[in-house]
Amino acid sequence: MKKKRDSFAVVWKKHKYKYIMIAPFAIIFFLFTLLPVVISIILSFTSFNMVSAPVFVGLDNYINLMVYDPIFLTAVKNTLFFAIITGPVSYIMCFLFAWLVNDLPRIPRAIMTLVFYAPSISGNAYLVWKLLFSSDSYGWINAWLMKLGITQEAIYWLVTEDYIMPILIIVQLWLSLGVSFLTFIAGFQNLDRSLYEAGAVEGVKNRWQELWYITLPSMKPQLMFGAVMQITSSLSVSQLSIDLVGFPSVNYAGHTILTHLHDYGNVRYELGYACTIAVILFFIMMICNIVVQKLLRKLG
Amino acid sequence: MKAIAWMRRGLSHRKFKRRNRSLGGDIVLVLILGSFGAFSLFPLLYTVTSAFKPFSEIFIFPPKLTVDNPTLDNFFDLGTIVEDFAVPLSRYIFNTLTITGLGTFGTVMLGAMAAFPIAKYQFPGSKVMSSLIVYALMFSTSVTAIPNYLIMSSLHIIDTYWAVILPAVGGTLGLYLMKNFMVQVPDEMLEAAKIDGASEFGIFFRIVMPLCKPAWITLIILSFQQMWGTTGGIFIYSEELKPLSYVLSQLVSGGISRTGVASAVSLIMILVPISVFVVSQSNVIETMATSGIKG
Repeated sequence: MKKKRDSFAVVWKKHKYKYIMIAPFAIIFFLFTLLPVVISIILSFTSFNMVSAPVFVGLDNYINLMVYDPIFLTAVKNTLFFAIITGPVSYIMCFLFAWLVNDLPRIPRAIMTLVFYAPSISGNAYLVWKLLFSSDSYGWINAWLMKLGITQEAIYWLVTEDYIMPILIIVQLWLSLGVSFLTFIAGFQNLDRSLYEAGAVEGVKNRWQELWYITLPSMKPQLMFGAVMQITSSLSVSQLSIDLVGFPSVNYAGHTILTHLHDYGNVRYELGYACTIAVILFFIMMICNIVVQKLLRKLG
Repeated sequence: MKAIAWMRRGLSHRKFKRRNRSLGGDIVLVLILGSFGAFSLFPLLYTVTSAFKPFSEIFIFPPKLTVDNPTLDNFFDLGTIVEDFAVPLSRYIFNTLTITGLGTFGTVMLGAMAAFPIAKYQFPGSKVMSSLIVYALMFSTSVTAIPNYLIMSSLHIIDTYWAVILPAVGGTLGLYLMKNFMVQVPDEMLEAAKIDGASEFGIFFRIVMPLCKPAWITLIILSFQQMWGTTGGIFIYSEELKPLSYVLSQLVSGGISRTGVASAVSLIMILVPISVFVVSQSNVIETMATSGIKG
């Protein structure tokens, strides 16, 4: 809009109060969000253990991680597998349930919204899944499988390699109707109703056509925001895995990039190496998000 | 004001006749909602009923969702366990209240204050800040935990409340939601106030904040949920500074013999955020309506 840049003094005089209002947040944001990313990237090229000063080691950490650390590759594989399933499925669930809930009358709608949203705000209530999948016959699932004669003896759910990932995925999906779900509900409620009236006149026949031709295109901003939320949370699974299947999990079946980071950062204090892991995860998150944003922008 | 009135109208109950709805579709809808609702609710209900189960009923085979003889024993047991703590329970509660209070206040105040100029004015740096805020949503804070720790220890705030409060305040989700909501405040109102001689701070406190009440109520709730659940992790190691959720999560991981007590604990921890949400649901939905990424 402006043709030439104003001098610093002019800008300051004109916008002084705006900068003053932003400053407190900006300082905290810089110190605890922006600066840590930069420090992570710098430390990822060093060997650092908190005791002695960091030593520059070039790309050693990256090479070790990619070539000599089979557990990291397991972690990457697990994380991507987990994210590729929970990311899209939870995203679709958020959208589908918001869409269905929106068709309900007011009171049932408020109740169902709470029912779906409750798990995500219940803190560590997900620990109840540990009871449900308990490895003895007191576990809900084992007890009923045995009662119904499907299995003869209790299955060791949380310590059997093949079951760990599916269980983590189920619990994550249970937890995943969070902020995006609310966003979609709000998006549906604020859709311009007259578009549907017009659509019905133009020959839109059923709810699927409504969804495809009218709803999806009008909700693009909400869809993009929801995608960011679901992608980021499906890639940052760690506490869930540590709490449910232990750390380290059996044969690293529940090991993720973040639990690997936890291992080197909080247990072994190899901070340079841990930062390398963090930087890789950071870029995976950014790239996934940016690519998905580009794709969604094309929608409609 | 017009924009907000328009939004309110949009939120109010649908006034149009339902079109394009078949009976079969409605039945499928109810079935899907019912079965996933059950999936969503079951673990929570199980927690609630387990909290009231006497010891004998916890070990019934097969386990039941319902309670035959509800009892408050688990809560009394919890009381007994808590009495043996080296640090009194009241201290943990005080810690949680302080962290939650300061963290929520900081997130809302600083976030809203920064959101206002970015949402309503153009000035050198405003575009950069807008996109930084969106990019910051794209990675989780666990990625930056190590440098965060180093920065805090050089500021000497490790093992203080600030170590969990400041990083939460520095998150951008709150600011982002606030900014998107504020964009709708009509420019004419700000212009008029300016002509009347109000300063930017005056406009912010007297006009923008009252109009954006749904947004900051939402922020209070989201921030409250986050702060309420924080365990302090590696940032707070002194026992007497640990928050309530840390102690309670220690109790929950105590194995099957403590199932009843653990459920009682979980019930208490769940109840608070859920009641907060129930009270303010309509404000939250109103705010989320503006959360989209434009572009």
